[in-house]
Amino acid sequence: MKYSIFSLARAALSGHKNWQRTWRDATPKDRYDVVVIGGGGHGLATAWFLASEFGIKNVAVLEKGWIGSGNAGRNTTIIRSNYGLPGNTGFYELSMKLWERMEQDLNYNTMVSQRGVINLYHSDAQRDAYARRGNTMRINGIDAELLDLAAVKKMMPFLNFDNARFPVQGGLLQRRGGTARHDAVVWGYAHAASALGVDIIQNCEVTGFSRDANGKVTGVETTRGKIGAGKVGMAVAGSSSRVAAMAGLRLPIESHVLQAFVSEAIKPLLPGVMTFGAGHFYVSQSDKGGLVFGGDIDGYNSYAQRGNLPVMEDVCEGGMALMPMIGRVRLLRQWGGIMDMSMDGSPIIDKSPVDGLYLNAGWCYGGFKATPGSGLVFAHLLARDTLHKEAEKFRLDRFRRGAMIDEKGQGAQPNLH
Amino acid sequence: MRITCPFCGERELGEFTYLGDAKPARPAVDAGEDAVFDYVYLRDNVAGAMSEHWYHGGGCRAWLKVTRNTLTHEISVVEPAAGVGAAKVGA
Repeated sequence: MKYSIFSLARAALSGHKNWQRTWRDATPKDRYDVVVIGGGGHGLATAWFLASEFGIKNVAVLEKGWIGSGNAGRNTTIIRSNYGLPGNTGFYELSMKLWERMEQDLNYNTMVSQRGVINLYHSDAQRDAYARRGNTMRINGIDAELLDLAAVKKMMPFLNFDNARFPVQGGLLQRRGGTARHDAVVWGYAHAASALGVDIIQNCEVTGFSRDANGKVTGVETTRGKIGAGKVGMAVAGSSSRVAAMAGLRLPIESHVLQAFVSEAIKPLLPGVMTFGAGHFYVSQSDKGGLVFGGDIDGYNSYAQRGNLPVMEDVCEGGMALMPMIGRVRLLRQWGGIMDMSMDGSPIIDKSPVDGLYLNAGWCYGGFKATPGSGLVFAHLLARDTLHKEAEKFRLDRFRRGAMIDEKGQGAQPNLH
Repeated sequence: MRITCPFCGERELGEFTYLGDAKPARPAVDAGEDAVFDYVYLRDNVAGAMSEHWYHGGGCRAWLKVTRNTLTHEISVVEPAAGVGAAKVGA
């Protein structure tokens, strides 16, 4: 169905009893042109772009649980394109531009809110680094403003400006950044893809790959039977190594747990997304009023989708350093998700060494903002067998070639990215 | 998660720093590019019991070899990592 002010009014007049399912819960067919493994934001976006941009509509998205039950429903909903390195800068801006038109494209309210993202700096050296990043963004046609202390005080007068150890000196602001409603992004892509004929198949876990005599992948074996496929794309961040291992591949990836937190609802406080530059803490306020925040990954390999207390303490200390008045606010919920931590902190989008199997992996803890861009470039790869120009640097062989995209400069130590 | 250090006893996680999978071993100097690539970049990324290196920086400063289940965080074995510390306790 098509959503509009009229459909809303019609439904309201009939007591909201006649809404239809927004997407079709399909049963698997014998064969598809493309099978996408993973019914998260990236997998569903890939299917939608395959159908809408590249005319490939005989597509299935396979999800082992329910759609959006993994990282798509566990992130802190931040969208931004303030990256500094070639490869990342252009790609995330491509994604940002797709966020800006997503609701019209999908005919779905994904609550994209460009309320701004500000990264605070606390030293002269950090200001210089942020100025450099801002300049990199502006050279690439992305908005960025370097704010001084007076401008930050005007914007967020409630911050602790008396912190002697980490004084707030200013911030780098991207006004076009902000937040989006993560669940609605999943449902929006499911809605639009389903309308174009994509089969979304839930409770369908991939247990192996069907291969022909030459080793080419010809389909997948699942808990709901064998499904044939012209091409198979993996978008299973967090579980990439496990799925790739079924095809005999080892990846430059470790799975780590990242925690996120939400407080009880308070009155409107934060104008947008804010990050603390002297520790790892980022926060925004949801439309319901809760403070949504997070920080570092726990730092050890995990598939457990839950974290431990030291990181929780560290994150809350970051929050208290900036906003001591939140000390009496109670934590409402806390949860963990499993990140595909790659060896350079950047994603991998490429054909795999196994014919017929395509990789979309290694998003570390930055996958949500990439959702529409990832869908577009992965669909491009699946449809045309060549990389989109904004994804050319995300190749799998960049580690062997020494062409890392190491935004944080940490080297091949995934828990430090 | 708490780790029972063989030197210090049971301590909270914040005292320890993680290095990673204990399996990759530095290849010989003449082992070739493939072996080095494999050592530096490729990981088994085990889902299940994994042997890994932890550093007890907030305690005895010894390197430990910990067997931990990545699906449940359950720790089954903690022993001194190969080296001076292990030699001292005869491990």
